[in-house]
Amino acid sequence: MEQNVTKQSMHPSDPQHKHVLWQLFKATFFLSAFTFGGGFVIVSLMKKKFVEELGWLTEDEMLDITAIAQSSPGPIPINASVILGYRMKGLLGSLIAVLGTSLPPMVIISVISVFYQQFRENAVIATALQVMRAGVAAVIFDVVLNLAKNVCKTKRYIYIGLMIIAFVLTCFFKVSAMLIILSCVAIGIIDLIVHLKKKGETV
Amino acid sequence: MIFKLFLSFIQVGLFSVGGGYAAIPLIQQQIVEVHKLMTMAEFTDLITIAEMTPGPISINSATFVGTRLAGVFGSIVCTLGVILPSFCICLALAYFYYKYRNFSGVQTILSALRPAVVALIASAGISILMLGLFGTDHNNFAFSDIRVIEALLFIGGLFLLRKYKVNAIAIIFGSGVIGTILYAIF
Repeated sequence: MEQNVTKQSMHPSDPQHKHVLWQLFKATFFLSAFTFGGGFVIVSLMKKKFVEELGWLTEDEMLDITAIAQSSPGPIPINASVILGYRMKGLLGSLIAVLGTSLPPMVIISVISVFYQQFRENAVIATALQVMRAGVAAVIFDVVLNLAKNVCKTKRYIYIGLMIIAFVLTCFFKVSAMLIILSCVAIGIIDLIVHLKKKGETV
Repeated sequence: MIFKLFLSFIQVGLFSVGGGYAAIPLIQQQIVEVHKLMTMAEFTDLITIAEMTPGPISINSATFVGTRLAGVFGSIVCTLGVILPSFCICLALAYFYYKYRNFSGVQTILSALRPAVVALIASAGISILMLGLFGTDHNNFAFSDIRVIEALLFIGGLFLLRKYKVNAIAIIFGSGVIGTILYAIF
């Protein structure tokens, strides 16, 4: 089934895409409304929604979008929405996706800012927010398991090695995401040069 | 004054690379120190609320500051300020990405990048799991502090996702409802 999803190359002209703008808005709106925690949380949810459920993007595309979103200035969810929207419906798609992503926090904060004292001190809300993290973690792990499985499937030890080293560095040594991304781009360029030399081609 | 705020938040959007927590010192500098629109205590409240609610921290704080100073109009102006730089830069990057992504050279470079992105997502996952299960990060936790309800929710949620492909939002929302009820009982 996963094969099927990645092979489908969808175009906005597809009949299934009649309501693509509405679906894009709906999807980004709900993802944003339920995204607690940093930018990588919403990226996991986007992967589930747009790659696994809707089949709009390939997994590789989603990872590329994540890398671009992380290395550009500004909030990651907004950055990812801009690229995702552009992919689906050009400039209009970007606008719709950004609107979908920014509306929920705007509405929620506007409401809360009126009575934030009560909100902060409410025990039920505090508990709900705390336990929801377990659900969020489950979703991220599910996504990561799928992604890691596919990296291992490439059988290229350089990629598997990079994944493990990058994980250890960010998780245990607090190396910044930006540094990891830049280093991997450098490794990719070296890999490319080695590749081209082997083939005896020129860039 | 609204225009000043707009410019402030454009700077926040433009200079917060890496998202989330990178934006906090920038917002603090613009709002508390440069324009003196908020006291440090109010700012701390703002960060607490931004962390408790869904959505990106910079959008949350832009909305919060905007609303307090100029109502709904203010919140829209400040949010637009944060979004504007992202929007222009990412649109340009998206254009180039989709134009060149199919070149084999670009593919080779991107292939080295993708495993690292998987690692970054995994690392974010570990942080949230630790925060959820132990209330602290993975550098200073004790197994004896484990919160049983959260651990069960995590295992149950992961099982439902892997085995039955249950909707992700249903899992997050469901864990919130079930967990709150369990805490109320025990």
